[in-house]
Amino acid sequence: MVRLPMMTELLRQLFKKPATNAFPARYLPPSVTTFLHKVALGEAAINPPMPVPPKFRGKITYDRESCIGCQLCLKVCPAHAIEFLPTTKRVRIYVAQCIFCSQCNDICPKDCLHMTDEFLLATENRFADCQIVE
Amino acid sequence: MNGDTTKKSTPYTVPIGPVHPALKEPVMFNFLMEGEVVKSVDFAPGNVHRGIEWMGMRRNPVQIVHLTDRICGICGIVHSLSFARAVEQIAEIEVPPRADYIRTILHELERMQSHLLWAGVAAHELGFDSLLFLTWRVREQSMDLIENLTGNRVNYGIVQIGGVRRDISNDQILLIEQGLAYYRGLLDQMKTVFLDDSTIRMRCRGHGLLSYRDAQLLCAIGPTARASGLAMDVRHDYPYCAYGDLDVQPVLPPQEFGGPQGDVYDRIIVRLLEIAQSIDIIQQCLDSMPAGEVLWEKKLPKLLSILKKAHGEAIGRVEAPRGECMHYVRMDGNDAPATWKVKASTYSNLMSWIPMLKGEQLADVPIIVASIDPCMSCTDRVTIIRNGSADDLTKEDLTQLSREKTRRFSRC
Ligand code: SF4
Ligand code: SF4
Repeated sequence: MVRLPMMTELLRQLFKKPATNAFPARYLPPSVTTFLHKVALGEAAINPPMPVPPKFRGKITYDRESCIGCQLCLKVCPAHAIEFLPTTKRVRIYVAQCIFCSQCNDICPKDCLHMTDEFLLATENRFADCQIVE
Repeated sequence: MNGDTTKKSTPYTVPIGPVHPALKEPVMFNFLMEGEVVKSVDFAPGNVHRGIEWMGMRRNPVQIVHLTDRICGICGIVHSLSFARAVEQIAEIEVPPRADYIRTILHELERMQSHLLWAGVAAHELGFDSLLFLTWRVREQSMDLIENLTGNRVNYGIVQIGGVRRDISNDQILLIEQGLAYYRGLLDQMKTVFLDDSTIRMRCRGHGLLSYRDAQLLCAIGPTARASGLAMDVRHDYPYCAYGDLDVQPVLPPQEFGGPQGDVYDRIIVRLLEIAQSIDIIQQCLDSMPAGEVLWEKKLPKLLSILKKAHGEAIGRVEAPRGECMHYVRMDGNDAPATWKVKASTYSNLMSWIPMLKGEQLADVPIIVASIDPCMSCTDRVTIIRNGSADDLTKEDLTQLSREKTRRFSRC
């Protein structure tokens, strides 16, 4: 006897809402860049992403004022994404190189490095202003 | 396939790889075919060397932990745990019990999502895409849990030398309990859709056979070995983390399915049962979770200086979803380890492809290759060279062949 136990489940699926969150748009736009331009102009609406989990590790922030230039963060950064600037005794973080491990957050004695919820970081220029934190 | 007898009698070679679907690492396969049947097979690994170990030997262990996360997109915890355990042995670091339990919970959650991922891939290789989507939807729950506990879906960054970087709060324990209840409710259905299905049974029963003796001789490990009847599991044989306190037995194909036969079907059974086992292990951990610290040394600069002084060598072994994973580390009083060698689990299972594939049809190659769970890699194509002329067999063609075979079965 041929047994197809998936059949009932498949029929049930017909009446269910899709499990996938259609981000950023319900249907794939012909050009994502044009679509995002339209969103910026207010002509199209973005389908919101899923909320990030608690203590998510997104783009890094840096509190320049409280940094003491101890360079401990450089010692633990696995991606060598942090550069020390000797003239100002401050650091610069290259987001394009950062692997979002937050190890530098843990070691910083002055608590000046933090991870934010921001995760839509892709750009074409890895040295763009938004890709450098200092 | 077209009944042309002259073609059938001339053996020809089908090279598959070095880059091909269903292969975790690029591997070059050479099939000697007689008609549709694989007469013999040879393969050559070693096409992807990313130099992670080289990078590691220029970094300190705290940095390397984050590199190990990136050796495999699925086994993040496996590799970081294995490495951390090696370093902890060298520096004589004692991991606090609570950290051991958290590590165990995450380790098992990872196993659940990995086995579900594999089950989906296996369904896809059989041409059963609706089952792939269903399985992967179910998998999301474990991914969400991992994301909630570690902060990321992949590359968790949770393991630290001497413990874990994040504690589990009471709210999160509730979430884990909910997740476990969700999977418990689904287990029977999962078993039915995978194991009761006539087509899956026909495509997998008796195919890709690996005998007990061959599994032993070829040093197969993990679910591949267990499906052939070898009762071995690092969690049971050499307990680490919290496994010493827990009840963990190697999962073998049970008698109700005819005992271990070492075919693809048995590998499905073992992995499905291991999902149930993981649920049970996590529950045991939650029930007896000790309180206390989760890090041996909270002050990272101090940890770094202790690690710098460490001398010696050690091996860290853990039972990955695919079998035993091993990290060898030697430290000689420098920031960076003198040697760091990784042996991922798939490496030990590769050789079992040879007896498995012998005598099988070309259409069965995708599912048999996938049955040792070598992770889905990117798609490339296959070139068949027949009497000097080459024609391309793409991934789609192979999938098509596999689907046609399924259809032939469902018709009769
Ligand atoms: S989060 Fe990790 S990779 Fe990024 S700057 Fe900090 S230490 Fe480096
Ligand atoms: S560890 Fe903190 S205080 Fe020290 S240099 Fe880095 S950011 Fe500044």
